[in-house]
Amino acid sequence: MKIKFLESLMIVVFCLTSCISQENPPEIKTPDQSKFSTETVIDGIDIPWGMDFISESEILVTEKKGTLYRVYNGEKVEVKGLPEIYNRGQGGLLDVALHPDYENNKIIYLTAGVHIEGDAGGNTALYCGELNGNRLSNLKLLYKGKSNTKKGQHWGSRIVFDYKGHIFFGIGDRGNRDVNPQDLNRDGGKIYRLNLDGSIPVDNPFVDQEGALKAVYSYGHRNPQGMTINPETGEIWENEHGPKGGDEINIIQKGKNYGWPVITYGINYSGTSITDKTSMPGMEQPFYYWVPSIAPSGMAFSSSNVYNQWKGDLFVGSLKFKYLEHLVIKKGKVVKREKILNDIGRVRNVKEGPDGYLYLGVEGKGILKLVMK
Amino acid sequence: MKTIIGILGLFIFFKGILLYQKKPLEQSITDGKEVYQDFCIQCHLDTGMGVSGVFPPLAKSDYLANNVDLSIRALKYGMSGPIIVNGEEYNGVMQEQGLDDVEIADVMNYILNNWGNEFKKMITEEKVASINK
Repeated sequence: MKIKFLESLMIVVFCLTSCISQENPPEIKTPDQSKFSTETVIDGIDIPWGMDFISESEILVTEKKGTLYRVYNGEKVEVKGLPEIYNRGQGGLLDVALHPDYENNKIIYLTAGVHIEGDAGGNTALYCGELNGNRLSNLKLLYKGKSNTKKGQHWGSRIVFDYKGHIFFGIGDRGNRDVNPQDLNRDGGKIYRLNLDGSIPVDNPFVDQEGALKAVYSYGHRNPQGMTINPETGEIWENEHGPKGGDEINIIQKGKNYGWPVITYGINYSGTSITDKTSMPGMEQPFYYWVPSIAPSGMAFSSSNVYNQWKGDLFVGSLKFKYLEHLVIKKGKVVKREKILNDIGRVRNVKEGPDGYLYLGVEGKGILKLVMK
Repeated sequence: MKTIIGILGLFIFFKGILLYQKKPLEQSITDGKEVYQDFCIQCHLDTGMGVSGVFPPLAKSDYLANNVDLSIRALKYGMSGPIIVNGEEYNGVMQEQGLDDVEIADVMNYILNNWGNEFKKMITEEKVASINK
């Protein structure tokens, strides 16, 4: 009798928790916000899409509409000599990253939407150039997605290095999901890996596959928006904008297919279905997916001890809900999620500085440094 | 002979008028829907309702109805800072989307005549071109 009662109680509890909660666990918490504060590093930037640190006190910041700023001491100076930026829809000037040996060679990398090669529209490109003072010279086009399209969506793109001599960047599906992400012969919906000079690594996964694009490292992506190296494991962690309820965190592995649009946990924003499949053999499951979608942006691990207890945790900006998400990961699972700086604004980017603090790119504001009171 | 030339002349004249006639409103709305679904729907949603407090509504929006020129300017050059829409404050950033004047006219006609919105005048390419920063 007692066991029967417990059984039915368990069933009731299970039903309640699984039916009521639309949120993918763990449920997000909102801790006391009074302990979090920010310092303004630079203001007056509408969409601070990307940033990288020259030193503790000097930062490069991209503004999406096509300006690269060199920021020092609360002042910003425009860097000249950029390629012509094609600012359309979600595309424009995207990420910026310093060469791992920047100190000696002054090389920086940029990803941007560009309109080159004649046909109408644009696509995402990777450039490098030499930064001397406020001028970029020796500009080189290292990669350009083909073909151009006037579509406004899904350009990617973050830049990361694996410190084994490779540069990684992403291009989104460019609003053509049924054609691009699953076709290795086409650009879009991919993460790419190049050598630092732009050449193709000989051990890239598809170098021997006829017709396949040799720069591709993984595929089946929708719109990579955050990418970072996990400092503890050396893995590349990526997040991407999915459809409604399908925003994902993925750990990027060589040659793997991440499934878009064949499998997804999301549905179209109009409410209609894309696919009834959330898994398929030969396609990777996300490490985590957000329901509801938070519109993740930049992503960073905290590797320092400047914030009590946060070392090793993951931080992701939410464009949609205007906060910084703090994810605690244990044994390969997200075990805790909480809102930091609730209602700060649309968080476009987050990065750990050389001083160990987290720096946020916030739309309509600029760059803010997260400090504890 | 003279009459034939005259008729031919008239024919060419009217054909010219036909060819030069602007895009009809219905076509502009149809084209505007495509632009909307590509560039606007992510924030303002297919219902035109936006997200309360984050992205202002376009459906039955008093701000849109009373500020058509400002709205065109926002599409052309971007817009930021606080605005009040249907009694609620919004303080966000909308960047220019890189649309040309025809695309802006089309999407304006679409949003001004959808979700129960009704606007008497058609927005033309010339109208968009005349709006300055």
